[in-house]
Amino acid sequence: MPGPAPDERMRPKGRRNTQGIRVDPEAEVTHEPRQAVLSALVKHRPGVLSEVSALFSRRQFNIESLTVGPTVDDDTARMTILIEEPEPGIDQAKKQLQKLVPVISVRELEGEAVRRELALVKVSGEKPDDVNAVADMYNGQAVDASTDSVTVEITGSKQKIDAAIEAFKQFDVQEIVRTGAAALERGPKTLEKDV
Amino acid sequence: MSERASVPKEEEETEPETEQEPVTTGAQSVIRALENAETDYVFGVQGGAIMPVYDALYDSDINHVTMAHEQGASHAADAYGVVTGDPGVCFATSGPGATNLVTGIADANMDSDPVIALTGQVPTEFVGNDAFQETDTVGITQPITKESYFAADSDTVGDDVSEAFALADAGRQGPTLVDLPKDVTQGETEVEPGSPETPETYEVPEEADDENVQEAAEALAEADRPVILSGGGVIKADASSALREFAKEYEIPVITTMPGIGSFPEDHELSLEWAGMHGTGYANMAISNTDCMLAIGTRFDDRLTGGVDSFAPDAEVIHVDIDPAEISKNVYADYPLIGDARNVLRQLFDAMPRAPDADEWRDQCQTWKDEYPMDYDTPDDEPLKPQYVVEQFSEMTPDDTIVCTGVGQHQMWASQFWEYTEPRTWVSSHGLGTMGYGVPAAIGAKLAAPDQEVVCFDGDGSFLMTVQGLSVAVREQLDITYVVLNNEAVGMVRQWQDGFYEGRRMASEYPWIPQFDKLAEAFGARGFTLESYDNVEETIQEARDYDGPSVIDAHIDPGENVFPMVPSGGDNGQFALNEDHLDMI
Ligand SMILES: Cc1ncc(C[n+]2csc(CCOP(=O)(O)OP(=O)(O)O)c2C)c(N)n1
Repeated sequence: MPGPAPDERMRPKGRRNTQGIRVDPEAEVTHEPRQAVLSALVKHRPGVLSEVSALFSRRQFNIESLTVGPTVDDDTARMTILIEEPEPGIDQAKKQLQKLVPVISVRELEGEAVRRELALVKVSGEKPDDVNAVADMYNGQAVDASTDSVTVEITGSKQKIDAAIEAFKQFDVQEIVRTGAAALERGPKTLEKDV
Repeated sequence: MSERASVPKEEEETEPETEQEPVTTGAQSVIRALENAETDYVFGVQGGAIMPVYDALYDSDINHVTMAHEQGASHAADAYGVVTGDPGVCFATSGPGATNLVTGIADANMDSDPVIALTGQVPTEFVGNDAFQETDTVGITQPITKESYFAADSDTVGDDVSEAFALADAGRQGPTLVDLPKDVTQGETEVEPGSPETPETYEVPEEADDENVQEAAEALAEADRPVILSGGGVIKADASSALREFAKEYEIPVITTMPGIGSFPEDHELSLEWAGMHGTGYANMAISNTDCMLAIGTRFDDRLTGGVDSFAPDAEVIHVDIDPAEISKNVYADYPLIGDARNVLRQLFDAMPRAPDADEWRDQCQTWKDEYPMDYDTPDDEPLKPQYVVEQFSEMTPDDTIVCTGVGQHQMWASQFWEYTEPRTWVSSHGLGTMGYGVPAAIGAKLAAPDQEVVCFDGDGSFLMTVQGLSVAVREQLDITYVVLNNEAVGMVRQWQDGFYEGRRMASEYPWIPQFDKLAEAFGARGFTLESYDNVEETIQEARDYDGPSVIDAHIDPGENVFPMVPSGGDNGQFALNEDHLDMI
């Protein structure tokens, strides 16, 4: 066949990175992963959670946590999803979520949004007073006690809970359960209305 | 048509439109929803859980085509949707019926083809109990549909179907499914389904933002080396004529993707045909060297882009798509234009300040066309070349002939050596690459366009996967010409083994395949054999003349390979024109 061989052909000068973004020598763009809090209003009906979580696993988005619960409207539920992705991945996650039929609206919450999670920590009951003292330091409280164990409830930011759990390790932690974050925008803004 | 449901009732021809009987069951409501959506055909297979729906179909004017396998039902519905632009409909029973549909649904999903699948389900009280022929159809299909519905109530089942129908067709088309528990379809109801409407949460953007359009138009007008990349979305949006007007007015070379074949006439001087792994050398050179690409209705599949780092590396990308999630998913869009392709093309047409100054670039594209023509060797003493068969057939048929294919080398030859000029004449499995697509797809295509000629190029491997569909083509007396480009191998795999696995042909040679001409005759179709160059035209002509399905078993050169080729993940400008080039890249 005629025509120049592969290495003799006209070659372009440019290049893209693996995210398909043109590499502009003046403003090279690379996106480091960052944490994003996505909040979604969804129809409150069977299968929604699996639809959302299947979407995330299928598209290989790394979920840090996902919580879901009802809202004031019986027909809708609200999900808070924490993901850690580079910028284009966060954007995709939002758009793909918005595409799901039961999803009513999606928004990324701003950095200063109110974020809380809950942990229950069950520790050995040998030193109940010491356990109480540590719980106090983290504004936690004992919610159950027996001769062998004390269960403490803590709410707050992820960092605070991480720190509390670290502190409880001195009492022989027997079990932990954490909810993952629930979050709301500060100020009057809501998912239904922009202010 | 041989089936009860498809026999027109005599009195209807004389009587004016009569009032429809009110519905009395969930199943009747399902059928009414399909009637309201003007469904002409349903492709399906009977079974226990779907029987109430079939029973309701007995009284309807909707034609039912009994398929030989549910996979065929979903592919036929898919092809019907591709050719008509309206959703194709398929039925299956619960359990194995539903799972057999899955391949066709996944195929439709990848290619954004409008399909609605209605599946029977065990009665609600047994759901979750591992009852006979139960599967979690909604769970299985949720990731491969726009939405899968579980119909929970006889009063609302009709609305579920209406909504599924509207959703399949709205915005970016795609498959939807409604799972129908037997008690729900058997249950009494007097509720008529509402008219087809998409769910309130599904928003379809219509027109792109004017300011964005203006910016994009200016970037395109500034370009020195502009190209249009026309994807399958252009055909779905019925935007082919808008594209033609736009490209001709502003004299911009047009490349299509493989699903975009037919969106721009391949015989026009601005056409560079299609790009990608086995696209033309000139299209791939143009992709590699363009400085501004207007990409419309394409999802930048990796078979098109190769490695994204080397894809159109100099180009600013204007991306038009109706699905916001496609923007910057694989290739970053400098100018995203979200909207219906036909509307956005009209907006762009008006916004262009002038035509780009691209004489030199068009000359360059012409040079590439001369340098890298689509070619193959035809010495007479060699075994028959598949490209020759495709080319001859193309020359003998009208422009609106519909070509269907299986998946493999034959699919590539059928796309490379047939000259496409009209939209909705190329019906193939792109995103999923489903072997076995061809036989049932041709059935769906023929029923969708009875006045157009339909030919299916198939491979021996692909043909064998759905050959039972021939019985349907015979029963329905469908005038389809099947051409099996028979190389006694799953040739595309054999080609890769020869190229990339040192010729270790593990499980790719099929020297035990049946005689396809005799197989055709056994089904009641006409069979032909082609072994040399002598009687190619004559045989094609005979097969075309036969009024019913015919099969040409074309014994082609078993060593023939598909070129050009961009190796997987490679650089579009570095395509191989022959085996020697493969070693160089
Ligand atoms: C259902 C399915 N199974 C396997 C494959 C992998 N595959 C891709 S192309 C190909 C070869 C197809 O062979 P044939 O239909 O004979 O066509 P040819 O390449 O010989 O023209 C195979 C096995 C596929 N695409 N689909």
